[in-house]
Amino acid sequence: MSENILEVTDLSVEFTTYGGTVKAVRDVSFNVERGKTLAIVGESGCGKSVTVQSIMGLTPTPPGKITSGSAKLNGREILGLPTREANQFRGVEIGMIFQDPMTSLNPTMTIGDQIAETLMVHRGKSRRDAFNQAVELLARTHIPEATKRAKQYPFEFSGGMLQRAMIAQSLACGPAILIADEPTTALDVTIQAQILEIMLELQRTENMSIILITHDLAVVARIADNVAVMYAGEIIESGSVDDIFYQSAHPYTVGLRSAMPSNTGDRDKQLLPIAGSPPDLFSPPKGCGYYARCPYAMEACHESAPDPYTLTEGHIARCWLHHDDAPPTDVIHRVTR
Amino acid sequence: MLVRSDNLTKHFHLSKNQTLHAVDGISLEISQNETLGLVGESGSGKSTLGKTLVGLLGRTSGEVYFNEEPLPKAFSAEDHLRYSKQMQMIFQDPYSSLNPRMTILDIIGEGLYIQGAHNKDQIRELVSSWLVKVGLEPDHMSRYPHEFSGGQRQRIGIARAMIIEPSFVVCDEPISALDVSVQAQVVNLLDELKQSLGLTLLFIAHDLSMVRYVSDRMAVMYLGSLVECGPANEVFFDPKHPYTELLIESNPEPDPKLERSRQFEPIQGEITSPVNIQPGCRFADRCPKVMDQCRSVTPHLIAVDTNRTVACHLYS
Repeated sequence: MSENILEVTDLSVEFTTYGGTVKAVRDVSFNVERGKTLAIVGESGCGKSVTVQSIMGLTPTPPGKITSGSAKLNGREILGLPTREANQFRGVEIGMIFQDPMTSLNPTMTIGDQIAETLMVHRGKSRRDAFNQAVELLARTHIPEATKRAKQYPFEFSGGMLQRAMIAQSLACGPAILIADEPTTALDVTIQAQILEIMLELQRTENMSIILITHDLAVVARIADNVAVMYAGEIIESGSVDDIFYQSAHPYTVGLRSAMPSNTGDRDKQLLPIAGSPPDLFSPPKGCGYYARCPYAMEACHESAPDPYTLTEGHIARCWLHHDDAPPTDVIHRVTR
Repeated sequence: MLVRSDNLTKHFHLSKNQTLHAVDGISLEISQNETLGLVGESGSGKSTLGKTLVGLLGRTSGEVYFNEEPLPKAFSAEDHLRYSKQMQMIFQDPYSSLNPRMTILDIIGEGLYIQGAHNKDQIRELVSSWLVKVGLEPDHMSRYPHEFSGGQRQRIGIARAMIIEPSFVVCDEPISALDVSVQAQVVNLLDELKQSLGLTLLFIAHDLSMVRYVSDRMAVMYLGSLVECGPANEVFFDPKHPYTELLIESNPEPDPKLERSRQFEPIQGEITSPVNIQPGCRFADRCPKVMDQCRSVTPHLIAVDTNRTVACHLYS
């Protein structure tokens, strides 16, 4: 068992809007092990991004509000720190890259200067030293002609190159954790393969932990060690990548896998879509969030969601189907479209 | 053959000395009730090809035949009216392809109106039956696009294209903006409609697994030209062109054990600029099997097997 570098417990985040309060993240707990990749998967709007943004202190408050929970980085609480203290770990101990590199980089600064700025602010380097190190960082993410490229502006880079530049920037201070929020969603498969390869390589050389947020199970299979599946603001199943793919426990995880075409095994099986859409988080259902779409829904699921239940060491699911304490009164409730 | 293109070319003139070769000499055939999957990286000209086939863009040279009848080089208003009855398109972005100021009834019914159906009750009835067919409710027709989710909007886009009962539909990345669970809903819907209406589809996408799943045949584009074409399963599991091979190797599978055992070098470099293309194979700069002649002689599609064509000097 390796050590946990980040421990998140019972994190809940709400947003106050004119339409009411959105309970975007509800009682989310997970651990990130040193040198391992944790993938957080789920559909759009399930709270993946809000979860990591809250940890980084990037949720705007108001309207956002962290209502409960803690996040410990190397044993130190990082939730709710004032900006000055938060800046000591943001970009230093935790680096972050985003889905859309074009809008995440400053279009009026050269790529090299932007990376150098990080080093000047956090490491107190001179402009010249910082710029030279920026060139080295660009070379490490396999950007050809790094010296020339460092003097160019974001618009002169392609999408794949920008994502490499973002990775280079996030690596500047040698973070222990890299948070990658949908890093390859906007890229072609060929470029995606290059970026994933760079992330794997850096993880091997720097023993860095990665939190990967994605909706693509194929990317998860490629680089993740552990997986947390989110649905309607909750983690409904978590475990090692093998547990999630080969011993899927929660009907939603099973549903996601049957909705994707497979090129191995039973190749031409029918795709089984998940009917319906996720619940409204203005008023989350009191029972299981997946109740309305679940083909195995029971009466008990409508009433309450079970506590996380450990199936095997490290494999946790939140579903009555697997729970020892499931109420015995159940009649299978058929959900039709 | 329902749709056939012969040496279809579409160039955009950017300035005096710059020409963007979006589509360069593509000949392909799509037969009745067939789904042709079109894959390639962004910037390879997939969407331009689709738009040129249905007449949304005029072509620079070459011919397009629909039911063996040549289509005009640039469509006039009458041509659009005439051919939109038979050819329709579903767009990638379900957010920007629906007019936010029109109700769903107007969006879906507009095509019928343009085609000469002026009886409002009749239009309303047809729209309502199509809403049901695509899995929405008839009373949704008085709503506006912003009241729907991405998957629902894509269904509206499908209903809009299908209500005319066309025989050929170009689906330009119809699922890439959607979540996994919803992608399967839309793909299954398209398949049902294809079966029940006897449709012919050109399915443009960059998700290779999905293209293999939905298509009968698959065509691979690179920088405006066709590099490989053949039955979808054969192209996917036994690619001939080095580009197709690398593209398929880059495609991750949702199977961790397989991914751990996979040893591969990601394809180097990025797609080059389609401006002022020189003769020679367009993939030569990135190709691991490049030969001298690839840099000077342009390869043409040749038959390598029954139903399979490849544009690569390795096979000539």
